[in-house]
Amino acid sequence: MGYVEHHPKGVLGAGTEAPDFTLHRSPDDTVTLSGLRGQPVVLVFYPADWSAVCGDELNVFNEAVPLLAAHGAELFGISVDGVWSHRAFVADRGFAFALLSDFEPKGVVSRRYGAYDFHTGTSTRALFVIDSAGVISWSHLSPIDVNPGVDGVLDALDALTTSATPSR
Amino acid sequence: MSHLRIPVSDQDHSFGPADAPLTLVEYGDYQCPYCGQAFPIVKQLLQQYDGKIRFVFRNFPLQEIHPEAVDAAFVAEFAAEHGEFWQAHDLLYENQIDLGPDLYQRICEALGLSAADLGKAAAENRYTARIRADEEGGIRSGVNGTPTFFLNGVIVEAGTAGLADAIRSTLAGERSGS
Repeated sequence: MGYVEHHPKGVLGAGTEAPDFTLHRSPDDTVTLSGLRGQPVVLVFYPADWSAVCGDELNVFNEAVPLLAAHGAELFGISVDGVWSHRAFVADRGFAFALLSDFEPKGVVSRRYGAYDFHTGTSTRALFVIDSAGVISWSHLSPIDVNPGVDGVLDALDALTTSATPSR
Repeated sequence: MSHLRIPVSDQDHSFGPADAPLTLVEYGDYQCPYCGQAFPIVKQLLQQYDGKIRFVFRNFPLQEIHPEAVDAAFVAEFAAEHGEFWQAHDLLYENQIDLGPDLYQRICEALGLSAADLGKAAAENRYTARIRADEEGGIRSGVNGTPTFFLNGVIVEAGTAGLADAIRSTLAGERSGS
């Protein structure tokens, strides 16, 4: 395919295998999605560190960390900001989860998830719940100025738990 | 659209008639400047719709960015034990810029409460579970920042700026029986 890559028009939907990736979570540490099989993963794509709405959105996710942990879910924020910006942002806000840097090649993971705005060159405001087998079970795209909250993610995790429970 | 998952109950801090046609629930943080800005607007709307509206305040402290938020919520919960929740709530927002131990002591004095008893309640984390329960219910309901308002169970997506319109249209809807 040379340098041409196919990009989905909208966010990847339920039932799609989550594209694998390896991204930096700190200057010298990476996270590989396929290395997290066996537990649900929540991905929060957001446009930029420090901007007001993203801050609110991630602050609320931060408060929800115990609720996500109760589902055994791992939470990551993803934007095109660099590792050093992420490090300062995490320290400033006290986030109890990692921010991944979709920095080089810029936005390539966001593009593969259909969560990239080619005009602004940033990730969109998109949420994904990935099941323990690595399949997207729920996704949601918010308008850029609308903070989606955590209720949709928690409902999707509830649904995973319900479907994973053997019928009695 | 997000909706309130935890119904209003007698466990809530509530102001106004229980059978009012409107119930407004705020998820708020005492240190959040946007909540501070919303405070006089909510007050004014409660006066304007006096008798027609019930107001409920639930805790949603963003404690990582607002280090005084939980301590301030403790002051209000402590006051609530003595029937003085709304006085403490109002004093905290009216003096938001001064949040801290000195202010909490002054609020105790103003309300005739023992600052030592407040310290004891704080030391034994007496209200931690209640505050966290408020917050988790808010997260489940789609609270996406503070303040978040629910009017008759429906999230007010336009926030504080949309509150007056939401009240007007919800009240009109109630009247027409829809």
